[in-house]
Amino acid sequence: MSSKRVAAFALVAIVLLALDAWLPSWLNPYYATIVTRIGIAVVAAVSLQLVNGFTGQFSIGHAGFMAVGAYTSAAFSVYVGAGWLESLLGLLPAPLARSLFYPLVLASGGLAAAVAGFVVGIPALRLRGDYLAIATLGFAEVIRIAILNVDAVGGARGFSIHAAEHPAADLRFEGFGAVYAVVVVTIVVVARLVYSSGGLSFRAVREDEVAATSIGIATTRIKVEAFVVASFFAGVAGALFAHSEGYVHTNSFAFLRSFEIVVFVVLGGLGSITGAVLAAAVLTAAPELLRGLGEWRMVLYSLLLIGTMLLRPQGLLGNREIDLGWLRKRFG
Amino acid sequence: MAEDLLQQLVNGVAWGGIYALIALGYTMVYGVLKLINFAHGEVYMVGAMTGYYAARSFGLAGAPSLLGLVATLAASMAVCALLAAIIERVAYRPLRSAPRLAPLITAIGVSLLLQNLGQLVFGADPKFFPPLLESRNVFEVGKLSVSNVQLAVLGTAILLMAALQWIVMRTRFGRAMRAVSFDAQAAALMGVPVDRVILGTFVLGAVLAAAAGVLVGLTNPKIDPLMGVLPGLKAFVAAVLGGIGNIPGAMVGGLLLGVIETFVSGYLSSTYRDAIAFVLLIAILLYKPTGLFGTTQTEKV
Repeated sequence: MSSKRVAAFALVAIVLLALDAWLPSWLNPYYATIVTRIGIAVVAAVSLQLVNGFTGQFSIGHAGFMAVGAYTSAAFSVYVGAGWLESLLGLLPAPLARSLFYPLVLASGGLAAAVAGFVVGIPALRLRGDYLAIATLGFAEVIRIAILNVDAVGGARGFSIHAAEHPAADLRFEGFGAVYAVVVVTIVVVARLVYSSGGLSFRAVREDEVAATSIGIATTRIKVEAFVVASFFAGVAGALFAHSEGYVHTNSFAFLRSFEIVVFVVLGGLGSITGAVLAAAVLTAAPELLRGLGEWRMVLYSLLLIGTMLLRPQGLLGNREIDLGWLRKRFG
Repeated sequence: MAEDLLQQLVNGVAWGGIYALIALGYTMVYGVLKLINFAHGEVYMVGAMTGYYAARSFGLAGAPSLLGLVATLAASMAVCALLAAIIERVAYRPLRSAPRLAPLITAIGVSLLLQNLGQLVFGADPKFFPPLLESRNVFEVGKLSVSNVQLAVLGTAILLMAALQWIVMRTRFGRAMRAVSFDAQAAALMGVPVDRVILGTFVLGAVLAAAAGVLVGLTNPKIDPLMGVLPGLKAFVAAVLGGIGNIPGAMVGGLLLGVIETFVSGYLSSTYRDAIAFVLLIAILLYKPTGLFGTTQTEKV
């Protein structure tokens, strides 16, 4: 690792730790919830951008993979993790024990969703365009209804992330540290993936599948790869959602949620990571900021959505990125 | 047992007729624009709501009559036709040359708008559709019974579908519609007013959705502003089942879905009722992606 990279890594870590320690102390819990939700929305949006924006496949079932991640991680926490956390808390100081425990929870959600993504992706990615979209929508609904019928995770009652036999282990995530660490990892991984020379294959598949095949790109493999990586991060986002709320219900992962993520991606600009971040942040905050309007807020929110799309059909940023090069050109 | 089976079939067909009417709107719009019109389920909701207010203002709540049903249908169709025209003009037409996903997002936007506006205008609490027909069984053999409401629903649905078939196959507008669906650019060069045909297609779809909304009020009187979400999505599944873009396909797909759903909730479990549509969807897409009646298009390199 070059010294520059070490410095960047250290900087990110320090900022995150500072955020984690300092923000909750003055931010009121309502705003804290919004900040957490924005982080989760960003993870979901950036990961879907890999499939929809960079690989040119059209998935509208991302919430299904969030559901897999949320429920698997919740079940892991309640049935296995709680005991582990309790023993860890006995051995180590609490912050250290928690920071060892969180990655396990997130990985359980991510891996389960990645497996689901693989199983769904292999057959579904043979389809193209609208048919793929419809199939992902169908898969997401089937996943959701299947979970609804599993009694071990609460079925229609929802699932509370709390283990009665391990009262010392509070399974809910505290602060923003976990959420924003994942945000950073997601953005870095997706950016490194698509803006590398190997990552050109994603965009080649998007631009022209036949041409991509003819120059020796294994298009199916690339599509499945994008789908699995995206599902992994959707699962992690689901795990974050479950553990910051402390309760999960399948209603949170209905197709409206999937639509919402697609809206982030398209409104931000297909093929722009920063666009997805921007749209996810703005559109997650907007309904809350509009709360003063009372019952009119969702009406205004939908008008905002239609209006923005009419004015900027290519999305807020098109396929450009707001990165260092852009900033230098603007302000340097 | 056989009677029971037959009874489920009757219920399923009546329910499927409603799906078919909604599915036609999806499939026609997809045919001419290649757009999944996600706001279509909400047009159906507005149809049901308009029907409710129309029936009450016509004073039909206590006096059911066939003429009242026709008047209610007409009122609801008129409102939905206007609504669809406005939606197409404002939210879809400006994006005709935009990237293909842009109108999809405005469709989702319009769908959210109508749901939320609906909750404001009509109130979020469910309403009860006045009985426009006095329910009685017109046909009874043993345990099997067919009510006049079911007959009216099915009859209206069949009548409308026949009318649609006539419009599409026998009129100038229908021919223009088929031309646009086949190749919009070539149709425009041949002097077909493409924009007007697209507008007409939306209106036609909305009229059918409005009828579905009123008919659903006859069989399931409880209506609310979010009632369009799930039936809308399922009708879309029905359209894919029959082959999206294919009009007879949507009719068959709708009826099939209605029957299968009724059988599943009758013989298996009602919790799987909502899942079956999507399982069916996936099975069809993987086995024959173009649907039961769709034709495959060869890809040119």
